[in-house]
Amino acid sequence: MKKTKLFDLAGFKRTINRLAHEVVERNKGAEDIALVGIRTRGEHLAYRLAKTIQQIEGKSISVGSLDITLYRDDLHGRLDQPQLKSTEILFDITGKVVVLVDDVLFTGRTIRSALNALMDIGRPATIQLLVLVDRGHRELPIKADFAGKNVPTSQKQEIKVHMTEVDNEDAVYLIDPPDQENA
Amino acid sequence: MKLKNRHLLGLEGMSADDIGLILDTSVSFKEVLERPIKKVPPLQGKTIANLFFESSTRTRISFELAERRLSADVVSFAASGSSVSKGETLKDTARNIEAMKIDMVVIRHASPGTAHFLSKVVEANVINAGDGAHEHPTQGLLDMFTLREQFGSLKGLSVCIVGDILHSRVARSNILGLNTMGAKVSVCGPATLIPREIEKLGVEVYHNLEEVIPRVDALNVLRIQLERQQSGFFPSLREYHRYFGVTREKVAKASKPVTIMHPGPINRDVELSADLADSEHSVILQQVTNGVAVRMAVLYLLGTS
Repeated sequence: MKKTKLFDLAGFKRTINRLAHEVVERNKGAEDIALVGIRTRGEHLAYRLAKTIQQIEGKSISVGSLDITLYRDDLHGRLDQPQLKSTEILFDITGKVVVLVDDVLFTGRTIRSALNALMDIGRPATIQLLVLVDRGHRELPIKADFAGKNVPTSQKQEIKVHMTEVDNEDAVYLIDPPDQENA
Repeated sequence: MKLKNRHLLGLEGMSADDIGLILDTSVSFKEVLERPIKKVPPLQGKTIANLFFESSTRTRISFELAERRLSADVVSFAASGSSVSKGETLKDTARNIEAMKIDMVVIRHASPGTAHFLSKVVEANVINAGDGAHEHPTQGLLDMFTLREQFGSLKGLSVCIVGDILHSRVARSNILGLNTMGAKVSVCGPATLIPREIEKLGVEVYHNLEEVIPRVDALNVLRIQLERQQSGFFPSLREYHRYFGVTREKVAKASKPVTIMHPGPINRDVELSADLADSEHSVILQQVTNGVAVRMAVLYLLGTS
């Protein structure tokens, strides 16, 4: 198994800085922006982005976290049940510019679930998608508005995002499958 | 993360991990119930039959709401006006319902063991909504959920169940579940309404309410089934109220406040005084709200595995 580091601590910080600036630039300020992170790592990313945007714009920004488990399209027939966590969006998203935040964009199915979940909570003015890594292989017509890095991958490879809040380090890894089994 | 059993028949033998998983999952569903749109899609396409062979308002509505909020299709059936009154056996009723492609069955019946029996003759997931004086697992779970919400943890918590323990499935499910979760359970009531050898379930027995109140964090007050008064279990409702009715005066004697629970429906001023039922120490309505969340958790965990 080969593990390649795509980002380290400094790279992580620079990427978040750049993404925060892009969000502010695209929306001409931080007015009406709310960040909603998809649990687990998207939530932590959203909090970090919010902090950076606050430093840039000097305005505080609403942040929430979204659990999409109940909206998954693969709930039935899985061997292991995914752990259900709670959605914590303590503000009204109606009329807001909601920036949906996740760590990795892959098939797009998570984002589809998140869009449905958001629509059940309110009616945002727009929803934009921000991801740290876009690895391709979309199965649904979904694309990111802001991507930290585009990483061409094969289906068998894996992208692992580590964040200090849950994994004790900030880093992104590209993991190759063991040669024999997947040859 | 998955429940060990594909049915919920009782809390007897259920592990602390499984109970913990249900209670944790209920927290998420409680959040769903606070949203403007209280509906989520995980049981879309599933059909659930509610078979209530015994009258029930709260439990049936609570289950129905939970099922609909998980986007399941629901068929409900009450014993009166069904084929049961035409002499059909339970097995045949169940088989027929199954032939209509039902995924889950919620059953309430006056005979203990009905849910167990049903789980052996049908393919669907079976949830026991009360079987005679045996068990009422979702009530036990929602009581534990409410206690955990109040006190943070069940471990070391002291809970007394007051009243008619003999005929109570709520008492049994509470005792079994709370013991598993490390709480200390006692029961209090007239000797005629306490089953013999109940100590073997790991509870302390009291016959004096004023003695037990200062020792506990919460009282779970059971309904006195008024029809039992004729059977000589206690002399009169007035006497029952004097000795075992939970009142403000009795509760005030304890140095710390005691949380008051009741599975409903309340006989005001019989087992519980009206002012106390409406007081700040009462969590009776929270229990009802939590009931929907806990039932959603059970249905979700069984229905998606």
